[in-house]
Amino acid sequence: MDATLKPQTTEDVEKVVAWAAAEDQPLEIIGQGTKRALGRPVQAAHVLDISGLTGIESYEPAELVLTVKAGTPIAEVEKLVDDNGQELSFEPMDLGPLLGSAPAQGTIGGVLAANLSGPRRIKAGAARDHVLGMEAVSGRGEVFNSGGKVVKNVTGYDLPRALCGAYGTLAVATTVTLKVNPKPETSATFMLSGLNDDDGINALCQAMGSSAEISGAAHLPAGVNGGSSSTVLRLEGFSTSVDYRFKTLQALLASYGAPSRLEAVETGSLWQTIRDVKPYAGGQTPVWRISVAPTAGPQLVASLRETFELQAYYDWSGGLVWLSCLDGSLHEADIRAAIDTVGGGHATLVRADASQRSNASVFHPQPAPLAALSRRLKEQFDPKGILNPGKMVSGV
Amino acid sequence: MTAIAMPAPDQAVLARRQEILSALQAIVPGEGVIHDEREMRAYETDALTAYRQLPLIVVLPETVEQVSRVLKYCHDNDVKVVPRGAGTSLSGGALPLEDGVLLSMMKFNRVLEIDYQNRAVVVQPGVTNLGITRAVEHEGFYYAPDPSSQIACSIGGNIAENSGGVHCLKYGLTTNNVLGLEMVLVTGEVIRLGGKHLDSEGYDLLALMTGSEGLLGVVTEVTVRILQKPETARALLIGFPTSEDGGRCVADIIAAGIIPGGMEMMDKPAIHAAEDFVNAGYPRDVEALLIVELDGPEGEVNYLIERVEEIANANRASHVRISQSEEERMTFWAGRKAAFPAVGRISPDYLCMDGTIPRRELPKVLARMRELSVKHGLAVANVFHAGDGNLHPLILYDANKPGELDAAEAFGADILRLCVEVGGVLTGEHGVGIEKRDLMTDMFTEADLKQQQRVKCAFDQKHLLNPGKVFPVLHRCAELGKMHVHKGQLPFPDIPRF
Repeated sequence: MDATLKPQTTEDVEKVVAWAAAEDQPLEIIGQGTKRALGRPVQAAHVLDISGLTGIESYEPAELVLTVKAGTPIAEVEKLVDDNGQELSFEPMDLGPLLGSAPAQGTIGGVLAANLSGPRRIKAGAARDHVLGMEAVSGRGEVFNSGGKVVKNVTGYDLPRALCGAYGTLAVATTVTLKVNPKPETSATFMLSGLNDDDGINALCQAMGSSAEISGAAHLPAGVNGGSSSTVLRLEGFSTSVDYRFKTLQALLASYGAPSRLEAVETGSLWQTIRDVKPYAGGQTPVWRISVAPTAGPQLVASLRETFELQAYYDWSGGLVWLSCLDGSLHEADIRAAIDTVGGGHATLVRADASQRSNASVFHPQPAPLAALSRRLKEQFDPKGILNPGKMVSGV
Repeated sequence: MTAIAMPAPDQAVLARRQEILSALQAIVPGEGVIHDEREMRAYETDALTAYRQLPLIVVLPETVEQVSRVLKYCHDNDVKVVPRGAGTSLSGGALPLEDGVLLSMMKFNRVLEIDYQNRAVVVQPGVTNLGITRAVEHEGFYYAPDPSSQIACSIGGNIAENSGGVHCLKYGLTTNNVLGLEMVLVTGEVIRLGGKHLDSEGYDLLALMTGSEGLLGVVTEVTVRILQKPETARALLIGFPTSEDGGRCVADIIAAGIIPGGMEMMDKPAIHAAEDFVNAGYPRDVEALLIVELDGPEGEVNYLIERVEEIANANRASHVRISQSEEERMTFWAGRKAAFPAVGRISPDYLCMDGTIPRRELPKVLARMRELSVKHGLAVANVFHAGDGNLHPLILYDANKPGELDAAEAFGADILRLCVEVGGVLTGEHGVGIEKRDLMTDMFTEADLKQQQRVKCAFDQKHLLNPGKVFPVLHRCAELGKMHVHKGQLPFPDIPRF
């Protein structure tokens, strides 16, 4: 058999995985397949497609809690909460533009499996911070529940959070419970122009250390998104508060020059550009997503610029670097060494062709004791190694 | 000793006590090893004081290397280890074992690095929660999670319990505010997770460690995120004729898109106890009292105060006061913050419970709790993190009266089962420990609990770290690893395939 199996219920997912475990048949786990180009290519004869598990199980806006089937399209989830004046505060990024696929695709399960978060990560937390509970099927072919359906819970190990970012290698999520938040009344962007990387990141860090409650802090060097550089800070909330905090920033950052202000609509489109890495859309160059301490961002980029030709811009106050290798090579060793030099972090190869992703470490290699612990954890969830084999680490 | 039983001590380990003592003394010199019974008394319990047990030996290492060597020794020699921070656990998380070494981390008490630009602080695990804020407040920063024991509890213990506090609806629990850890596995191996950057790659072991109640590893260094203090904070004190009115007011505040910095509710017995104790000016003729604190930029806070006042009036509030000064705001909080000692004044002993419910179930849960109070013959007072549905019923009893502790525990168990029944959970922030261990089967199936224990097996194959906590039945890892395999034809002809 060599097939795509598309169960419609948790029970059927359980049956498929139990069969695969019994017969040692590796499965590639997908939703709509938008994350197949993320991570290492999976070698599996069969595909387990969970995009048939859809639907809202319960939604209580006043409780800030939403429970949905894992295969529900992310666009449908975002529309539902938006219709109720709420949002997913982690601002899931859309990989479509960067990877050259259709926009606004994907499932909520896929977003959580990749722990995809946008610019608001610095204020609201990552995708994993908004996960409250999960029903999932382990690689043993057994369904288990963890977490709960309330916003505050410490009963048992925090498996729902831990399963985020595991790329479906530990368990197949079938139902997820999320914390949702009120959508801000309005937003605005405080924009400084013409700063170099160091000054730009300094301005961002200064703002982040203030009480202005910044929900986005990015620096786009000259040429990334227009001719001159822009250093941008997003303010969200009640309109009186946004205006008040804009003035706070004006006073705080006066030495960096006069700011301009983008209103809500322009703010929405600018931060979507930053979130979805649109400056690199349409290209073929390898793109790395690098997480370091905010002040380490420009140091890292400056040192790498001496080694190869690159383009880079910064989100998360400087701590998230989107780096494009303009010569088409991966420069993996250079990048990982530079991260160590600036104090640590990690780099993920987000855009590269399949052969490059097979031959490189897409994710940051771990020291031996940590790698061994991760492997033991994998064995406890998926002893036969049938779930997305090789997706994160070669041979695991 | 009361109802909750601990695993039977290993007689072979007890017989080897002298040998174990010598080995530990060789690793941790001088006063870092305590074996005198009188001195060990200080460690026989935590904040769940109904349970007491002398440990085999107490060890207080000072370096990561000592922690690593102690754990490796214990692992190699099959000796159990109970990690302990400040000992403020309300669920018995640090209750010693007769045949186990108690590993106190309180000599790890230094702030290692403060990095304002990256808004990160690196500390040792024995630093108190409030100690982090104290270290950075002169620059206007603070560490957000604020459990009520923050003056005493350690950040290492906060990691173990995933501690919350009054402000966590807006600012998150410990898990949302920790950036990195250094920890020692039971084998003695040292690993680092995360750092000053955001998000760990690979499996999110930071998420597993936070709230793992000392069962997975021993934390030796913590990196947390700090925030700039809100520009200002003001509070409203709102009284309601019924708990339904109060509950609806809370829902309406959130529906208006407002997430207050703090939102606390008290029921009538708690209001009276607090008012008798500190004279905070609480109205006595209300069934529910709500404190709503708004924090942030001044322009925003002043605007939201008015919005919340309107919402309160629309929900039949009988009393509304708005703090006009910092002093008045503190007075509003004084009663709530003194609620536990206030109850302690009117009753010789009390049990503090910690379930979470969906907020809409509050009136029903309070009504059922009154029935249970009659059934068990014990009074109960309620304080409640209203924003997130986290209840703290305080059950009043007298330990000197035969049978009252048993009755209080039975009452508490009934309350927690009720929380689960209405869609909630056993513990919002205090942890399972021993206190709620035997109720885990009311919330989880055997399959759920077995998968959780398999996580334990990845970290601690021999079940040596804090055994007897969290899980009602300890399964051996070999047994948990077995698979029931049914070979044969593809057994699902009805599933669409392509």
